[in-house]
Amino acid sequence: MGRTLAEKVWDDHVVRRAEGEPDLLFIDLHLLHEVTSPQAFDGLRQAGRPVRRLDLTIATEDHNTPTLDIDKPIADPVSRVQLETLRKNAAEFGVRLHSLGDVEQGVVHVVGPQLGLTQPGTTVVCGDSHTSTHGAFGALAFGIGTSQVEHVLATQTLPLARPKTMAITVDGELPEDVTAKDLILAIITKIGTGGGQGYILEYRGSAIEKLSMEARMTICNMSIEAGARAGMIAPDETTFAYIKGRAHAPEGEDWDAAVAYWKTLKTDEDAEFDAEVVIDGASLAPFVTWGTNPGQGAPLSASVPDPASYEDASERFAAEKALEYMGLEAGQALRDIKVDTVFVGSCTNGRIEDLRAAASIVEGRKVADGVRMLVVPGSARVGLQAVSEGLDLVFKEAGAEWRHAGCSMCLGMNPDQLAPGERSASTSNRNFEGRQGKGGRTHLVSPQVAAATAVLGHLASPADLNDQSSAARTPAGV
Amino acid sequence: MEAFTTHTGRAVPLRRSNVDTDQIIPAHWLKKVTRDGFEDGLFEAWRKDSSFVLNQPERTGATVLIAGPDFGTGSSREHAVWALQNYGFKAVISSRFADIFRGNSLKNGLLTVVLEQKIVDALQELTEKDPKAPVTVDLEAREVRAEGITAAFELDENARWRLLNGLDDISITLQNEADISAYESKRPSHKPRTVQV
Ligand code: SF4
Repeated sequence: MGRTLAEKVWDDHVVRRAEGEPDLLFIDLHLLHEVTSPQAFDGLRQAGRPVRRLDLTIATEDHNTPTLDIDKPIADPVSRVQLETLRKNAAEFGVRLHSLGDVEQGVVHVVGPQLGLTQPGTTVVCGDSHTSTHGAFGALAFGIGTSQVEHVLATQTLPLARPKTMAITVDGELPEDVTAKDLILAIITKIGTGGGQGYILEYRGSAIEKLSMEARMTICNMSIEAGARAGMIAPDETTFAYIKGRAHAPEGEDWDAAVAYWKTLKTDEDAEFDAEVVIDGASLAPFVTWGTNPGQGAPLSASVPDPASYEDASERFAAEKALEYMGLEAGQALRDIKVDTVFVGSCTNGRIEDLRAAASIVEGRKVADGVRMLVVPGSARVGLQAVSEGLDLVFKEAGAEWRHAGCSMCLGMNPDQLAPGERSASTSNRNFEGRQGKGGRTHLVSPQVAAATAVLGHLASPADLNDQSSAARTPAGV
Repeated sequence: MEAFTTHTGRAVPLRRSNVDTDQIIPAHWLKKVTRDGFEDGLFEAWRKDSSFVLNQPERTGATVLIAGPDFGTGSSREHAVWALQNYGFKAVISSRFADIFRGNSLKNGLLTVVLEQKIVDALQELTEKDPKAPVTVDLEAREVRAEGITAAFELDENARWRLLNGLDDISITLQNEADISAYESKRPSHKPRTVQV
């Protein structure tokens, strides 16, 4: 019987397989950041162990980094200590580190692909659940805990039990105003936040094949929000073109050998998945969340659901709690929800295409009165690229704040936070209670919806702007 | 991880049940970036009371904790184990441990021994009367011995083997060094590298 993409990549990394034991897998790329690595380095130190493969390890600073005044000392002592600890550890063990201020610094999941380190058929791990992002390249990529971080540092391997596989097939043409973010939010709402549990998801079908690399990363990034171990997309010409010429892309003969291997990384015709989900891409619309988990979402044109409409008692209870926390009423139109803050950034939607999309919508318009719009590039390099295209000016002229790279308001470990009761439209991936600041309320949206929302002050899609401008052009009283 | 074969030391009788991980190491200690230096956080709230057993001068240097039932309930924080070890404990005896705490302790080389409550009571009485009374925890013989007390205990074979040999997960993986190097030597040259070495 044939094998799925995930099974092929898995099999290619088995160092040791023995009856009654988990497989020992080789790890091709280990990404580190300041939050989950300190105790791992400490463990190495106590055991007198070195980092086994410095050439497969790279670190960056992202979760705690400020997005303003990055040349000044970091005010929060806890954040400062975490960053300083990473710097000390990297120096002591010889790990390549991109610190705040460095051109390659940024959110770890933006940095790996941007350097060309994330490649098809590799295993990628990081002490961070959104490592699933890298699966967009046909890599097997997943988040790990701190003791596993230490394990990989010391051995470059991990003992793991093989997850099951699930196909998520999206056929049909996505409507013009539907983005990758809308698609993944719709998928999570359909299968639920536990729907992917125990599985590696493979996104496939004609609608997926048409997506750009960055859009594919947005999809795979949020696999974890469906509870999955990882998400993958088979590599194709789009993937190869994206990698070619990047700093760590293979060259010459290696490039040819790599591409020949990458082309084998497809699920065989006769392979069987343990589960399958089919979605009609043409039926989708811009999608937003109304609740406090990423599975509580609905098309923007819909209304806040009535908890009583849920048959499942625990879902009903969850919906009631969510509406209470979010300060929403059942039946209220989603478009009527006013926001105070718009956040464009994160490893879900902080890449150049995302910034371009948001900029094209705010260009020549103004952020609504009373709304604060924060634009945070996913990496310093994405920021530079945006500046070279003049996007920073577009944002600033519209009244948005243009910031330095990092995780920022995605989780508010730095000063970028919502105040209690404040409401955001955010291009990040988690709308959990307090995620963006204690008492803050989050609606997950695409960059396009975020930008339109910033202009109108309530949840909106770019199409709503056209209505507005034609209305504005109509003289009063006519 | 240090191998554990047999250990003899003085004991601390802790006559409390349901000691949860928040009491072992309060949450504000979790911001630390190391695995050591947690000794001052161990039972932090109770240690503010000068009559607390750990504060008694005759308990200085004790290495065996004789705890009440349901020790280590609550969160999964591994810091609770680190705190006990940083303080100097080598073994904890109780009639019942919380699962995750027990798993964490055995992974880190802190031997958690389950004995019947009446034996735990006897050990506590003995060491309350005589703070110098030596308690031996013998993993090879699977026995706890103290004056007038000999009690056998169970431990799953795999965990016992790992403790006796001082093997943590990493050491076990490194026993497959030959497999790892063989894999590495066959890895194609087109695979990415973060630095040239
Ligand atoms: S951007 Fe958000 S989700 Fe991504 S790594 Fe940072 S904190 Fe995690």
